[in-house]
Amino acid sequence: MTPNLTYVIVVGVLVAAGVTLLLERSLTRVLMGVILLGNGANLLLLTGGRAGAPPIVGGAPQEEMSDPLPQAMILTAIVITLGMTAFLLALAYRSWHLNGHDEVQDDVEDRRIMDLAERDEGPGDADAGTGDDDDDAEADPERSLTASADAGRAG
Amino acid sequence: MTYLVPLPVVMPLLGAALTLILLGRPRAQRWVSLTVLTATVAVAVLLLVRSSIDGPLVVEVGGWAAPIGIVLVADQLAALMLVVSAAVTLCVLVYSIGQGMADGNEETPLSVYHPTYLVLTAGVCNAFLSGDLFNLYVGFEILLVASYVLLTLGSTETRIRAGTTYVVVSLLSSVIFLVAIGLVYASTGTLNLAQLVERLDALPDDLRLVLQGMLLLAFGIKAAVFPLSAWLPDSYPTAPAPVTAVFAGLLTKVGVYAIIRTETLLFPGGRTATLLLVTAVLTMVVGILGAVAQSDIKRLLSFTLISHIGYMLFGVGLTSSLGLSAAIFYVVHHITIQTTLFLAAGLVERRGGSTAMDRLGGLARLSPLLAVLFFVPALNLAGIPPFSGFLGKLGLVQAGIDDGGVLAWILVAGGLLTSLLTLYAVARVWNLAFWRAPHPDMPEPGDAAQAARTSGAVQPQQPVTAGQTGAVLPGMMIAPTVALVAFGLVLTLVAGPLFDLSTDAANDLLQRTPYVDAVFPGGAP
Repeated sequence: MTPNLTYVIVVGVLVAAGVTLLLERSLTRVLMGVILLGNGANLLLLTGGRAGAPPIVGGAPQEEMSDPLPQAMILTAIVITLGMTAFLLALAYRSWHLNGHDEVQDDVEDRRIMDLAERDEGPGDADAGTGDDDDDAEADPERSLTASADAGRAG
Repeated sequence: MTYLVPLPVVMPLLGAALTLILLGRPRAQRWVSLTVLTATVAVAVLLLVRSSIDGPLVVEVGGWAAPIGIVLVADQLAALMLVVSAAVTLCVLVYSIGQGMADGNEETPLSVYHPTYLVLTAGVCNAFLSGDLFNLYVGFEILLVASYVLLTLGSTETRIRAGTTYVVVSLLSSVIFLVAIGLVYASTGTLNLAQLVERLDALPDDLRLVLQGMLLLAFGIKAAVFPLSAWLPDSYPTAPAPVTAVFAGLLTKVGVYAIIRTETLLFPGGRTATLLLVTAVLTMVVGILGAVAQSDIKRLLSFTLISHIGYMLFGVGLTSSLGLSAAIFYVVHHITIQTTLFLAAGLVERRGGSTAMDRLGGLARLSPLLAVLFFVPALNLAGIPPFSGFLGKLGLVQAGIDDGGVLAWILVAGGLLTSLLTLYAVARVWNLAFWRAPHPDMPEPGDAAQAARTSGAVQPQQPVTAGQTGAVLPGMMIAPTVALVAFGLVLTLVAGPLFDLSTDAANDLLQRTPYVDAVFPGGAP
């Protein structure tokens, strides 16, 4: 079976646009990305089956019928994507409600490490002059742990 | 006996419907959930017994014959996974009921908890039983959607933050899986696993490699294999303790199960064996180094969870019968132990008011029972003889030495190092939280019960906050934890028969014919 080139190009564009949007910070854009990606995947499923007459017994000879299975699978996938869209919208709304924005936030660990780096660079820090502070923090886990715990309390 | 096969999927779904109808009546909801999950355990045990005597049990759903209809297949691997996961979900359910009742919010629990939890169980069972690639995808989606809801229960700020990452990453893996399904169908014209066995063998090698790689990528994200694991420690620890426990025990293992199934049944020959072995050693070592650096018990346990996924991949990557059977044994052991540890961490949080290790101390003196409940599974996880963790690792190391390759030896070394570092990580928890003098912030036996009552009265709208503390641990939370610790010890006691069972399952997987013959008794069309 040879796939239809138009389908393949459309799938490629949809997936590319979807991935670009998925990398955005705002959850609403991520949602758009998910929808585009889902549609791309659905179209790809469709490309996998034979095209032809409606697959109804008696309507056309069996060899001319289109393949109904990808269509059934796409229906299932569409339902799942619909549910996910609703859930992500609720998530974005709740995030906006709580934080005033719907941006995907940094990992707690990342933030902690960034806080540590800032503290190490700060002028009031006694360790600031002793050399490469990042290495210090990694070489001495206990120190970084207590520091992060302090940061947690201060915050 | 084949009528039993769909029951682990159907019963929880019907239970979910029933608990939705009973929304305003928590007591009735609890009884429905308990009954359904107890029945699921019983059915799973029966399935395991029957499938090891008669071979794989197959049901054609709706009476449609195999390549057109969807089949559910309960072979030994699937049945074993079902037994362990059903037992674990039942224990966690009792624990969460105990937590809800002890928090004094018996009348205002989050009414969606029970239906969602049952749907999650149905999804997990469906994924294990599925004999069809698209039905496997549906199983994954059922359990993932339920897990999104459970992870963001109460929709507090931290849970929304953690839930966002989790949902987006899971969605991406689902799309990759769906694309892989599309490609498999386009190149073979079927999604029935048994039929795929033959048709995939007939495909050109490079095409097979693409399909295998895409499926591995999708399952790797779900199983939290190293380069794809960053989402896990960020999202799991924020959920309520029982939810984290059931996620840690089951969700990643469903991914591991899917990897085992596809690598053995669909793509034998070990073309990605090197890749699997390299990611296995990276997962083990990087994961455990992450655990060593943590200051919070739940985060630490999340990292050990990732790390020990590496052991299972190790066994799968060896592609030998011994390696595979040790991997299956390890999955069973790890589901039990990791869940137990998270439940114990929930008890620690309740008794000590926190899971941050610098705010805990003296729990061994304040609550000796809790200390035992943490200590035994912790040693088991680290692989101290004679526990099942040691036996599983021993099997893997033996399989690695039998293999004899350079990479296998590196993995043996990495596995032993990870085991030692796991011991170091859990010993640190033990020293800081249990052994040293009690922390001044910790609740005293006298005022704690009252504090729990007042905090319950202040925040009645947040029934699942884990911040409530009490010196007296509720029996409904202790009992399931004890049961799971005991289950872990039983795994040690019956390790011999269990290893025989996992060897049988591994041999069936490697031969591939029992599975195909069971689905197509007259030969594949």
